[in-house]
Amino acid sequence: MLTLLQVELYKIFKRPRTYIAFIAIAALIGIIQLGLKLDGDAYVSFVMNNVEQSFVFQGNLLNGYLVCYIILQLLLVHVPLLIALVAADMVSGEANIGTLRLLLTQPVSRNEIILAKFLAAAIYTLLLLVWMAILALFVSMWLFGTDDLIIQKTRYLVQLSRNDVFWRYIGAFGFALLAMLTVAALGFLLSIFADNSIGPIVATISIIIFLTILSTMSIPIFQKIQPYLFTTHMVAWKEFFDLKVNADNAAINGTIQNKQQIIQSAGILILHIVVFIGVAMYAFKRKDILT
Amino acid sequence: MKYFKILLLILVLVPAAKAQDETPLIEKLKQKLNQVHEYAATGKMKTDVAFIKAPVGNVKMYYQQPNHFKLVRDGGISILPKGGISINMNSIIAINNYVALSAGNAMVDGYSTKIVKLLPMNENNDIVLTTLYIDEKNLLIRKAITTTKENGTYQIAMQYGQYSNWGLPNKVIFTFNTQDYKIPKGVTLEMDEPLTDADRKRMQQKNGRVEIDYTSYTINKGLPSGIFN
Repeated sequence: MLTLLQVELYKIFKRPRTYIAFIAIAALIGIIQLGLKLDGDAYVSFVMNNVEQSFVFQGNLLNGYLVCYIILQLLLVHVPLLIALVAADMVSGEANIGTLRLLLTQPVSRNEIILAKFLAAAIYTLLLLVWMAILALFVSMWLFGTDDLIIQKTRYLVQLSRNDVFWRYIGAFGFALLAMLTVAALGFLLSIFADNSIGPIVATISIIIFLTILSTMSIPIFQKIQPYLFTTHMVAWKEFFDLKVNADNAAINGTIQNKQQIIQSAGILILHIVVFIGVAMYAFKRKDILT
Repeated sequence: MKYFKILLLILVLVPAAKAQDETPLIEKLKQKLNQVHEYAATGKMKTDVAFIKAPVGNVKMYYQQPNHFKLVRDGGISILPKGGISINMNSIIAINNYVALSAGNAMVDGYSTKIVKLLPMNENNDIVLTTLYIDEKNLLIRKAITTTKENGTYQIAMQYGQYSNWGLPNKVIFTFNTQDYKIPKGVTLEMDEPLTDADRKRMQQKNGRVEIDYTSYTINKGLPSGIFN
């Protein structure tokens, strides 16, 4: 199994396509950081316009923690597309170049092959997020410094003390990994049914875009189905950045307002991963390998 | 009948005119507060606004005559109501050209106070009217309601302790009106969360409060250079 995993990882990192995602993320984060460094105050003023009519903020509002939050908010919608590039190619890519039949002549079960391939896609996803964390969090902390994190939610504004933020990012990135693994599992499942890479990649991206739009539209008929869409639960990483208040409305450091929501969303995403991979294993076992 | 009316007018206006002149009281108060040329203070600030979740933070305050005031959160960002940055009486009473009118008496926190309406004569002043509740016996301002041109009306309640000789409070409660807050879900990209009864009750609050508990003052001992820049 370990050898299989090593082989799969070798295949992933041998392909130039794999590095597109790393380069794209570095370029996007670099552009955002440059823009915010040059004209970040105007951006913050625009975003906080609603509150700045009544309040004055004193301190380093545009600090590394806020920059990382802005980047995550923007990028975690697009990273699934980069993950689909690799995950949706895992089986269909081999079918396309005709190496799948050869692979199955090896003395390993089909289930082991599928698991090794998915684990390799999962490691790629993990590395992508680690890369993102290094650039978005650590580089932003170095460039912009640290201070309290102020976040605007739909109904209220949250101020997180600077010493109460870092662990939330660890939690948020951990949750983001689950969300991205769900995307990887979906792409992986679709790659079982195709003999070329383009189909499953485009299908995965289309499904993610379609469901994300449904998840974010505040239209009553869509709101009824939103809890059942996995894309709705992919944004639950934001729950790490909300805290409880006491009877005097003072925020309590180290707390999470809606811990239950995080657990529930994580459970739903894990369930999706298990179902996607389960179906992929079942389908692959019954698949007539012709290429 | 005509003479009766004139007599009645005199009877009403003379005592009223006498009661209206509270300038000496304000000047006495000013004299007391003017003992403080500058101070640096430390304290804890609590923000209680329906749509803001903020932790209690340690703050440092700096004041210098006539009306320089700065509040800095000790390691962090401070959220202060607009116009309320000068949360101190020294600044409010620093107005030179004013009319002080008496408006009766009232009890504030168990203290008998005299209500004085302070009207700045300068039309460019942001403060339109300040109502002071002055504890005449101890020469302390217990409460002030200030109406400004730009930032609405805010109320400042003060509690005194060991620094009352300087006219400096141990606790200041700043109350102000807040506007509604709502950002579309499409912008914040959040999940729909059902509101609890406690949340709903909290959101209905239209007044915001900032409480500052002063823990220490360093009076007339100088300030760090460039603190107000």
